Amino acid sequence: MTLQPPAGLATLSAMSSTSEIVRLTVNGDNHAVGVPTHFTLLETLRYVLGLTGSKQGCDKGDCGACTVLVDGQPTLACLTPVWEAEGKQVLTVEGLATVDGPHPLQDAFDVHGAAQCGFCTPGILCSAAALLQRSPRPTRVEIQEALAGNLCRCTGYTKIYDAIEAAAVAQAGDGSSQAAG
Amino acid sequence: MAIIRDMIPDFDLFQPASVDDALALLAEHGREAWVLAGGLDSYDWFKDRIKRPKVVVDLGGVAELNGIREVEGGLEIGAMTTLTEIVRDARVRSQYPLLADAAEHVATPQIRNQGTLGGNAAQDTRCWYYRSGWPCYRAGGNTCYASAPKAMNREHCIIGRSRCVAVNPSDTAPALIALDAKMIVRNERRPNVYDAEDFFIGPSTDITRMTVMKPGDLLTQIHIPAAWANANFYYEKIRDRGSWDFQLVSVAAAFQVSGGTISGARIAVNGVAPYPLRLEAVERMVIGTEGDEAVATEAGELSVLGARPLRHNDYKIPMMRNLVRRAIRSAV
Repeated sequence: MTLQPPAGLATLSAMSSTSEIVRLTVNGDNHAVGVPTHFTLLETLRYVLGLTGSKQGCDKGDCGACTVLVDGQPTLACLTPVWEAEGKQVLTVEGLATVDGPHPLQDAFDVHGAAQCGFCTPGILCSAAALLQRSPRPTRVEIQEALAGNLCRCTGYTKIYDAIEAAAVAQAGDGSSQAAG
Repeated sequence: MAIIRDMIPDFDLFQPASVDDALALLAEHGREAWVLAGGLDSYDWFKDRIKRPKVVVDLGGVAELNGIREVEGGLEIGAMTTLTEIVRDARVRSQYPLLADAAEHVATPQIRNQGTLGGNAAQDTRCWYYRSGWPCYRAGGNTCYASAPKAMNREHCIIGRSRCVAVNPSDTAPALIALDAKMIVRNERRPNVYDAEDFFIGPSTDITRMTVMKPGDLLTQIHIPAAWANANFYYEKIRDRGSWDFQLVSVAAAFQVSGGTISGARIAVNGVAPYPLRLEAVERMVIGTEGDEAVATEAGELSVLGARPLRHNDYKIPMMRNLVRRAIRSAV
């Protein structure tokens, strides 16, 4: 099967003489994508797979809006060559919810008003999901450190921290250990 | 100058599975080849189209460059070991917490998950004239924009300038010097072992390089000798904000103490010179003392002797003096 990038990328891919077939596992789905060798994981997620939840903010590692989980670790998709994700489990914000409903973090962000413009939210949810995976009842300092790579210019972070603490309680309360990946 | 982002010039990708294969590729392609470790700094350069390598050698598949091993006389850390792995490693944390502390001060959690010790140590300078593609001495041109009369040079050096006034940005570099780490650099012909303080070079040695490594060279391992295990350590990094930022000034120090006096000391400062600066005169001065307030003050003064600020960075002199003073105070 030959996969073509969407029409909008025609100019970009025409510039590139080399391309790769890369095999990715994103949110549990297997994909084989044909992309220019220099594509980042973020460009592939957004412009080839149509997963636009992960945001292209600064595109240079400053803002954290592109944060996804690669093998459970918060990773900047904008600075990850797409081929570095081959053979690994990629989880984006689209993969947090399950058929049973939103991830506890998503519920808590809703209830606590932890998103304003929302541009940073997908990256913050991914960083927070990895934190809860590693540390189910994090202290506020741990939460702050886990989000040290995610810029939010609207909220001032307080409601985000509140939401993550509430999600941790909710997760512990219903006895489930909802996996982040 | 106009910068078109997100349009990385095409390159040929090589993904060797062994160090020998990587070295053969680097030897074959010479100056055309770019070594890709964590990829963070690399993709920043590529997206700005300022560095346009024809060949990228990705080390991601070279398993022998990963991980931390206990060896006779210390720890051997593969150059591709991530900063997060170093921060979380029980042996590093218990015996060489200075290195864990320094690694934990790098940028953000995401960047530490991807960034490697080798890449952090060998990274290029952040001088924004250079990073923006201005044709300065370091970029092969014939001027230094950062030392021009109206230049913005708040982050630049106060010591060791030689045409270029950029500083080394690495958080782990001063810790590696304080721990007397050995840098193992291989090329197709032979392995070379450098003391950490000799691995980093200044513009008077070669204005286009930050380290001894030339095309064809590869940093493969970093050896942390047991001689400084469990010493008294001090690390402090001052930056404009609590996350992300590169240092304005940082200090890393290791002290051995016997009978209440300092019997051994290694102190390095970064952010003040084009290379992480070992303070040998300060080390000699404090050995044999109790590291009391008077000694600490004198050490701080000694450390900044001869410092020459640029127009906007004279604040770095008291900052360095105070960091050295705090390090000495902590020694005993």
